Amino acid sequence: MPETLTKFIFGRLTLESLPLHEPIVVGTFVVVALGGLALLGAVTYFKLWGYLWREWFTSVDHKKIGIMYMVLGLVMLLRGFSDAIMMRLQQAIAFNGSEGYLNAHHYDQIFTAHGVIMIFFVAMPFVTGLMNFVVPLQIGARDVSFPFLNNFSFWMTVGGAILVMASLFVGEFARTGWLAYPPLSGINYSPDVGVDYYIWALQVAGVGTTLSGINLICTIIKMRAPGMTMMRMPVFTWTSLCTNVLIVASFPVLTAVLTLLALDRYVGTNFFTNDFGGNPMMYVNLIWIWGHPEVYILILPLFGVFSEVTSTFSGKRLFGYTSMVYATVVITILSYLVWLHHFFTMGSGASVNSFFGITTMIISIPTGAKIFNWLFTMYRGRIRFELPMMWTVAFMLTFVVGGMTGVLLAVPPADFVLHNSLFLIAHFHNVIIGGVLFGLFAAIAYWWPKAFGFKLDPFWGKVSFWCWVLGFWFAFMPLYILGLMGVTRRMRVFDDPSLQIWFVIAAFGAVLIAGGIAAFLVQIFVSIRKRAELVDVTGDPWDGRTLEWSTSSPPPAYNFAFTPVIRDNDAWFDMKRAGYRRPLTGFKPIHMPKNTGTGVILAAFSVALGFGLIWYMWWLAALSFVCLIATAIGHTFNYHRDFDIPAAEVTQTEEARTTLLAAQEARA
Amino acid sequence: MASTAIAAGAEPVFHLEEEHAHAEGGSTMLGFWLYLMSDCLIFAMLFAAFGVLGGNYAAGPAPKDLFDLGLVAVNTTMLLLSSITYGFAMLTMDKGRVGATQAWLGVTMLFGLAFLSIELYEFAHMIHEGATPQRSAFLSSFFTLVGTHGLHVTFGIVWMVTLMVQVARYGLIEANRRRLMCLSMFWHFLDVVWIGVFTFVYLMGMLR
Repeated sequence: MPETLTKFIFGRLTLESLPLHEPIVVGTFVVVALGGLALLGAVTYFKLWGYLWREWFTSVDHKKIGIMYMVLGLVMLLRGFSDAIMMRLQQAIAFNGSEGYLNAHHYDQIFTAHGVIMIFFVAMPFVTGLMNFVVPLQIGARDVSFPFLNNFSFWMTVGGAILVMASLFVGEFARTGWLAYPPLSGINYSPDVGVDYYIWALQVAGVGTTLSGINLICTIIKMRAPGMTMMRMPVFTWTSLCTNVLIVASFPVLTAVLTLLALDRYVGTNFFTNDFGGNPMMYVNLIWIWGHPEVYILILPLFGVFSEVTSTFSGKRLFGYTSMVYATVVITILSYLVWLHHFFTMGSGASVNSFFGITTMIISIPTGAKIFNWLFTMYRGRIRFELPMMWTVAFMLTFVVGGMTGVLLAVPPADFVLHNSLFLIAHFHNVIIGGVLFGLFAAIAYWWPKAFGFKLDPFWGKVSFWCWVLGFWFAFMPLYILGLMGVTRRMRVFDDPSLQIWFVIAAFGAVLIAGGIAAFLVQIFVSIRKRAELVDVTGDPWDGRTLEWSTSSPPPAYNFAFTPVIRDNDAWFDMKRAGYRRPLTGFKPIHMPKNTGTGVILAAFSVALGFGLIWYMWWLAALSFVCLIATAIGHTFNYHRDFDIPAAEVTQTEEARTTLLAAQEARA
Repeated sequence: MASTAIAAGAEPVFHLEEEHAHAEGGSTMLGFWLYLMSDCLIFAMLFAAFGVLGGNYAAGPAPKDLFDLGLVAVNTTMLLLSSITYGFAMLTMDKGRVGATQAWLGVTMLFGLAFLSIELYEFAHMIHEGATPQRSAFLSSFFTLVGTHGLHVTFGIVWMVTLMVQVARYGLIEANRRRLMCLSMFWHFLDVVWIGVFTFVYLMGMLR
């Protein structure tokens, strides 16, 4: 009897599920546990729980939510990069009969986790956080359309990340590669919890992503300041709009396809099985119908960042604004017409492959137009090579190589040779690191002063910059060469000793990148210590051109004391040119949304639901599902979600800024 | 408002002195539409899966062996009638008549429950005959598509009960009207999806 009871309570979770036999995992666990305890202890010791809960976790302020997204992305970057450098080390030493230091079971989880984490829990939170922080400020709004939904979306993303992290220490993660193709990910070949962790982590996070996409589209469509027509929106806002359209039009596909995979695994249906009429290739089609737009979801906002940075640091209006907007829209549409290039080798026939090969090549045209627009913006500009501009130039040089290898892969006959090779790996890291990551670092350096009121330390920023850029070239150029020689991806050991030197060079590159990440963390630490020296009270440290630079740094909770009116692109530049004076009197009360803890609670129930489903703890799943619905319904009975910031408080905040600005002027 | 900013000859206006009242929930209808479209995409995927797998019977039962078009016709009628009665609920809501609105919502819910009961009866019957979701890819995609629609109707009913309680408590206030409008769109959306299911799954299935 006790045995059935344990089985009822714990499902398939037993003591053997804990990976105690894997010394590397145990070591990691000890470090993470000690670090976590130290962190929790520190928060308790400094009595920060109340502050964090009231000011951050329950906040519906888009700026704070944006910053929390960035913190999540940074934490997960450390995890994702640990996986990366472990793989590089394994591949560098597993020659001449050596098995390396990772067994196959562990290694397969590492490459899967690396991909999943880097895309869903590093790149996505970074990009979403950036859009959350910047977009309302750029369009002169006080918050997003649905502030509570925004908080909920963030916590659902955290929930997904928690499930992925839990898989490291409780059970295991998928060993299928980051897209979990069946039949390998089916119940017959992956009977363990790994794929279930994968499914439920992505489902929980996916809800957040879809809702945040809807939220930001509404915000951009409905909340723009008067006078800001569509063609007067900053380019970053445009690219954000297109990105969120892509999110809403592609993440439901992921939700659907993962649901079908879950049904195959839990109920025994036959969508993607080999027998009873199932069709595994349908999974590959469906997941790439989400997957290809996804890569544009990641890169488009950064194209916006590069546009803002290039224009600001060249001291010029962006060259070809209209063509930039149209290029973005064209990329948005075309991104839905290329998914099959991920599996030319499926055997769809020459006509189908040609169609998708040609559409893929066509995408390089609007992308090329963007590159030329940035170059022409720089042309005869007064360029300031501050950190964001350095990242932008590095991006242009690096990304173009990735773009060209992409066009090369778009040729089906070439792809037949290079499919699943390290050439492909080099290509997409070339565009994701060279595009998304470099863009994020440019964006962080650019908007950090807006978020915190002081600049980032340039010295450590430059150290990080050179480590990242050189590290990238050292780490991935060898993979192009290896790929051309026919080395396939996801290999754990190698027979041909002549290949080793390239893997050693790649590992050296990974070490350089580790230096880049460390320098970035040091940069943040040093900047916080030297914040008095790096302070910016103007709110406009770069001589910016768009609205976010018109308010203080950090912006007040209400962003703008008065709703701005827009006459031109580069609204703030226009205001400065016209000699606009900041209003000093006549402040009115401002209507704002109230904080709420419901988002945290709903996400916590979702994690419990996912955990119950993963481990077959049906009671937990059912209970948390009921709680989830009950909490959601309960929340709708709260009709008082807003309050007014009194005019006196607005006046006080604005007068404090006036004093600061006056002191600054007196010094100058 | 943009035109006031560029009044000829006047000093350019760069901010609004008076706060223009942001209508509360001004983005809700757009947001809900976008949500519906994302949901529509999920149904599109399920339809696509049915399109690919719908003929893969794996030597098991085919639509002709399983579907009772008469029953499905009754079922369809239930759902279509529920859409009409929801429309009546909205009309009475516009006139501000709480009692009539509640009554029509109640009728809508009864039609919805009738639809669900018939669907569950149909499912039980099929499973009893051995036509389970596990039997073939056709049946997997059939149960998933039709079942997902049924789940949506179930959630719609839960939502309707919640709103009826809220209308009873707080009356037809602005927030409740907005919510009823959202549920209205949701309910009609499910009707449209069902037309697709009825056509592509049942009618075309009988022609296979």
